[in-house]
Amino acid sequence: MEFNNNIPIYIQVMEKIKQDIVTGKLKPGERMLSSRDFSARLGINFNTVARVYKEMEAEEILFTRRGLGTFITETSERIDRLRYEMARKQIDTFIKGMMQIGYTKEDMIRFIEMENNYKEGNE
Amino acid sequence: MNKLELLRLEHLNKKYYNKTALDNVSLTLEKGRIYGLLGPNGSGKTTLMKVIAGLHKQTSGEAYLENEPLSYKTKGNISYMPTENFLYDSFKVSDAVKFYSDMYADFKQENAYALLKEINVDTEFRISKLSSGLIGKLKVALALSRDVELYMLDEPLNGVDVLSRDTIMDLITRSCNENKTMIISTHLVSEIEKILDSVIFLKDGKIELFGDSEELRTAHGMSVEGIYKEVFRNV
Repeated sequence: MEFNNNIPIYIQVMEKIKQDIVTGKLKPGERMLSSRDFSARLGINFNTVARVYKEMEAEEILFTRRGLGTFITETSERIDRLRYEMARKQIDTFIKGMMQIGYTKEDMIRFIEMENNYKEGNE
Repeated sequence: MNKLELLRLEHLNKKYYNKTALDNVSLTLEKGRIYGLLGPNGSGKTTLMKVIAGLHKQTSGEAYLENEPLSYKTKGNISYMPTENFLYDSFKVSDAVKFYSDMYADFKQENAYALLKEINVDTEFRISKLSSGLIGKLKVALALSRDVELYMLDEPLNGVDVLSRDTIMDLITRSCNENKTMIISTHLVSEIEKILDSVIFLKDGKIELFGDSEELRTAHGMSVEGIYKEVFRNV
């Protein structure tokens, strides 16, 4: 994994794990690497991964079983909500960007429909 | 005293004749963290390490390791790697390991051999025949094979090729744990910042900035290197 030093490393690692969960690369209930092994694999500091696990536990995406390790939530509602949260973020960025270049919400909807028809027509 | 505290410096000053090398340095370092000691050449990084290692005596001020004033007793609990190549040219790598083993009771020989194997240093080679990358890796592996609480590596990435730098950073991150603390001096900030928990910016012997790397990135919206450039631009 390549890091952008301008953004806190723990945030980048959290984003990556979240992405891997919603795309199914990491499965519900799967055991995460220990923070020591994970940090060695990523070439980052052990405390950074410990922080990632702690933050994601607070978000109830990960949970820890004493002496057994850290696992991905088994609650599918939480994963659905995670996907929704990530989609919201994408949409927010999209809308902000489009507004900056002068599109109204109606324009955006028309644009997406047009784009859709165009793609369907080409398939 | 905070129970995570490892090293506490209070108003350290070091003067060489009329030159001030350390100017009122106060710091508290905690266990289990990797600290970057950052600053351009001549900012006092090596002097600070040498005072902590007990090789230089401060002109004034106090320093404590685990709440004990620095002395010959605390000195044994610090592994210091100077920036120069201090290994004899005529030594074989295995002689260097034996040398460390004889010098330090806390030196873990098996550990050293395991690391050397991992980083592809042939123990039959003579020091004089090693590339600077291999010497860099060897020095770090030896320093990290001591079992102590505080490791201080002075410019471990200097004069070392890119791949060896990665290996050295890997050795450092893997050797750090809850009970071991690292201080790493460097001016190659961008390469090493992702492994640093906290950074100490030293400018003309003074602490210019001290903080958690992630918090600094959040607060400034840029990399530690970016902040470093801003702080030291006019030096």
